[in-house]
Amino acid sequence: MDDFYKEYILDHYRQPRNFGSLEGATAVAEDLNPLCGDRIRFEFKVDPNGVVEDVRFSGRGCAISQASASMLSETLRGMKLADVARLDKQTVLDNVGIGISPARLKCVMLGLKVAKSAALGEIAGWPEEEQST
Amino acid sequence: MTSLAPADAKASRVQLDFPILRKPTSRGRRLVYLDSAATSQKPQAVIDALVRYYSEYNANIHRGVYEIAELATEAFEEARAKVARFVNAAHPAEIVWTRNATEAINLVSHSWGLEHLHPGDAIVATQLEHHSNLVPWQLLAKRTGAELRFIPVDERGVHVLDNLDRLLDGAKLLALSHVSNTLGTIAPLERLVDAAHRAGALVLVDGAQSVPHFSVDVRALDLDFMAVSGHKMLGPTGIGFLYGKRTLLEAMPPFLTGGDMIRSVAYTQTDFNQIPWKFEAGTSNVADAIGLGAAIDYLNELGMDWVRAHEVRLTAYALERLVELAERGLAVYGPPGAEPRAGVISFNLGDIHAHDLASILDTDGICIRAGHHCTMPLMERMGWPATARASFYIYNTEADVDALIESLQKAAKIFKLA
Ligand SMILES: Cc1ncc(COP(=O)(O)O)c(C=O)c1O
Repeated sequence: MDDFYKEYILDHYRQPRNFGSLEGATAVAEDLNPLCGDRIRFEFKVDPNGVVEDVRFSGRGCAISQASASMLSETLRGMKLADVARLDKQTVLDNVGIGISPARLKCVMLGLKVAKSAALGEIAGWPEEEQST
Repeated sequence: MTSLAPADAKASRVQLDFPILRKPTSRGRRLVYLDSAATSQKPQAVIDALVRYYSEYNANIHRGVYEIAELATEAFEEARAKVARFVNAAHPAEIVWTRNATEAINLVSHSWGLEHLHPGDAIVATQLEHHSNLVPWQLLAKRTGAELRFIPVDERGVHVLDNLDRLLDGAKLLALSHVSNTLGTIAPLERLVDAAHRAGALVLVDGAQSVPHFSVDVRALDLDFMAVSGHKMLGPTGIGFLYGKRTLLEAMPPFLTGGDMIRSVAYTQTDFNQIPWKFEAGTSNVADAIGLGAAIDYLNELGMDWVRAHEVRLTAYALERLVELAERGLAVYGPPGAEPRAGVISFNLGDIHAHDLASILDTDGICIRAGHHCTMPLMERMGWPATARASFYIYNTEADVDALIESLQKAAKIFKLA
């Protein structure tokens, strides 16, 4: 676990990418991990083709949750919302690139959970025929 | 570090009585357990008492006529008497077994609270309360129309008593923790109990963090109720108790109902048992009550004065050594010094989140708690998203504190704190 705190993780923790809020965001979700109080919010601006044009996240919490969300925010830009909704845990684990103890898995996955729920919430508002794109 | 002081030598001997502390971690490290405020470790004597009960005289109590049922009943009631003596209750009937402190508080809020609180009455707590001694009163206030008020604490987590009489005006109950599990603050009980009684309020003390660590005399303090968990005082999980003054308990309606708590039952009408059994519905947690009795024997053997003196000394040593980390941005919370607090130290190190700190310390075999410690309103009031917390008990030594400091230095290095 001490291997976890690599240079790039600390870098994302202290200089989170795409941090802040997004004017004119079309998809937004927020959640917290009640156990540790980690909190993450994702905001997307989605273009007419259902592609994530811009993304911001905000929140507070441990280095693991914040760095993981920061790295995820970089992955999300340019992705189709439908693909965001289908993202799996492995993507996040590959992003952070280190082994995680079960106790901290919730911290790593919080950003993913929020991003997916933002995507799903947005898709649910689309006309039926577009939801499967 | 320093040579082994005599008190520390005793703690080192105590350590040998705890099998879990002799077992290395999966990384081959010595287990440094600094989370006794969450739950304590168990001495061999307690484990043996459980094994002996299950392997020699396991039987249901208060009904069997055969020998092992009598043995079990006797041991169960003897454990109750040990608890009564431990807190200096007037009679074992004033001790009601519960699962834990939380259940004891709920018993009072349901049984006493629903009968005695009315719109316009007040329940007074403090800003330090554990969720266990807060949520039941919130619900009770909602159900009865009573008002919930809080005695404030200052930046160090010390009670501010300036407006005490005004806060207690119209109060029916003062419900407060004796010791804060987050900051270690010891409540000024004499003054608070006196003020509450003068205002006509009863006093319920959450003794979850005090009774394990120093001698608490419910009669000298004139407490009306006290809630305690066995698992924080060397006992098994699943057993705790409520102390209640006899006259109060006798006047209260039952909480849970069913078997064992009755004297006689007809199809439409029931006569309830006497106290304490009136409050003990269904088959009791016999084994764990007996285990808690063994834990109390163990604590008595050590002497609660030694327990307190050891913890004060260790806490003072830890506070002194933590200063070494000040230049790396260590912030220590809670009352100043070791005397006005129990063996609990909450802190943060630079911009390292408490969870990351706990993860790094874990790799060195050091167990600390991180988060809000079930006191979310207190964290909000203090403006701390989370804190790390080290807490001490009888088996901790200066070597444990040294290990903590060394590991914190390592964390500071990993996070490149100046
Ligand atoms: C001050 C305080 N009160 C109440 C409790 C609740 O104890 P239990 O969960 O054993 O009921 C705790 C335990 O963390 C505590 O520290």
